[in-house]
Amino acid sequence: MLSPAKTLGSVRAEPLVSLENVGVLRNGRWLVRGVDFSVSRGEIVTLIGPNGSGKSTSAKAAIGVLKPDEGRVERKAGLKVGYVPQKLSIDWTLPLSVRRLMTLTGPLPERDMLSALESAGIAHMLDAEVQHLSGGEFQRALMARAIARKPDLLVLDEPVQGVDFSGEIALYDLIKSIRNASGCGILLISHDLHVVMAETDTVICLNGHVCCRGTPESVSRSPEYVRLFGSRAAQTLAVYSHHHDHTHLPDGRVQHADGTVTDHCHADDGHHAHDGSHAHTHDHSHEHDHGHAGHDHGHAGDGHTHPHAHEHAAGDRHA
Amino acid sequence: MLDDFFVRAILAGVGLALTTGPLGCFIIWRRMAYFGDTIAHSALLGVALSLLFELNLTLAVFAVAALVSVLLLFLQKRQALSADALLGILSHATLAIGLVMVAFMSWVRIDLIAFLFGDILAVSTTDIALIWGGGLFVLVAMAWLWRPLLAATVNAELAEAEGLKPERARLFFMLLMAVVIAIAMKIVGIMLITSLLIIPAAAARRFSSTPEVMAVLASLIGAIAVFGGLFGSLTYDTPSGPSIVVAALILFMLSLLPLRRHRAVMQGQGS
Repeated sequence: MLSPAKTLGSVRAEPLVSLENVGVLRNGRWLVRGVDFSVSRGEIVTLIGPNGSGKSTSAKAAIGVLKPDEGRVERKAGLKVGYVPQKLSIDWTLPLSVRRLMTLTGPLPERDMLSALESAGIAHMLDAEVQHLSGGEFQRALMARAIARKPDLLVLDEPVQGVDFSGEIALYDLIKSIRNASGCGILLISHDLHVVMAETDTVICLNGHVCCRGTPESVSRSPEYVRLFGSRAAQTLAVYSHHHDHTHLPDGRVQHADGTVTDHCHADDGHHAHDGSHAHTHDHSHEHDHGHAGHDHGHAGDGHTHPHAHEHAAGDRHA
Repeated sequence: MLDDFFVRAILAGVGLALTTGPLGCFIIWRRMAYFGDTIAHSALLGVALSLLFELNLTLAVFAVAALVSVLLLFLQKRQALSADALLGILSHATLAIGLVMVAFMSWVRIDLIAFLFGDILAVSTTDIALIWGGGLFVLVAMAWLWRPLLAATVNAELAEAEGLKPERARLFFMLLMAVVIAIAMKIVGIMLITSLLIIPAAAARRFSSTPEVMAVLASLIGAIAVFGGLFGSLTYDTPSGPSIVVAALILFMLSLLPLRRHRAVMQGQGS
């Protein structure tokens, strides 16, 4: 029923990395067993699962940080990896600016460094010390560092942790644009079960082993997924495909889809085009709020027409 | 005015301080202060063994220090005991065994105090050559190891995922520590070696914008501490090794002063 989705199908080259029946044993306990998956160029693979389900372990086995105790991991020769680890704490005694962080594992042309920071939205933080960054800014800096080295395979272990909701959507947009621009393969780890990127080609649901896999839609409908996370989770699995009608600039101003720049994004400033009465209400557990201050999409007021499309997967109730 | 032994002491001390700067930075970034102490204490075991088997003192100290650091790496991987407890056991065990062995060897008379607290005023030209030669070797090796070590300090898995060799870098770093302890023992002594690693690096933190600047500043601050300590020792007739450490401590405390003011200004602006 749930075969691996091969959306780019026909022209896919050999995988960047492939795992075959991989198991990792620690202190007499199998952290994961029987893990099979591969990531090819231009493909986004998302690993989801509860805490301790072996998502990070599988990813680490894929990039060679952990040696599997059974099974095989094959990486393309000369594979260049960009890695954003899940936990990273930098001692206060280490003076490290964002600029220095960028060249941590290898030298980098200034141009690549700046454009990566630009696309992560933290170019203005170039000379800030990393210890002074907020959780979300630090996460962006780590992402910028990983993409600046133009990797073949980008491995992101919970990249949106500590990022607020609008930032989360922006980071997912960034991940999508990285894939589209560079064609690298992306292995994404998320415990955030109700938000899975729309661009994900394959979702692999782990719980010590592979429970189920497939496109985001098919996984959310699969009985294994429902058993593991409950019907509530299955109902609220939302797949985001956002079109923003405004962008928050690094300096706090707002650029609207019509090209104008304002200091704030008030609903009645004439830059938002939405019918005040949304035809649907959302049933997300995370409160995808169309009415929160500063990000208000939801009022009429002008003649512009902006697309604001949501695609919701199974279970999203439309009233 | 300067006696010959004093010039030799300055040369030896400055050579050592320049070497300990970059290593000391990694000791504090990686929170390895207690580790440094443990390796240093094991030097006394090396002294005892060199006397017992009539080996070269520096080589014996290096061998024991290197052995203990590799043993620590191995035991930490096993994760049978916490790193803290392991360090506590090895640190005092090696020191105690060394002291007991020296006491047993009634046929040798050694100046234990010189080993424990250093005797920089007694360094010979050979010692100076050893310090500068060994120091240069350590600095070149550190430059070579710099990127993987720094990346591994931030996150070892990240370093490994992106093609560096953090495990190897760490092992080499341990061995370099053993080299420094072997050549530093004569100058500040077993008990005070780690202070020459840690205090200048800590004093340099406030004025550093990058890891590299901090490493260079730590070397310079260490050299100033050697000058200050030795002149103080000459003026007030105090023991030289401890005087250097006290001078380094004074520099560290001075480094705290301008930051307080700076921070107060920043807070004032913020509110």
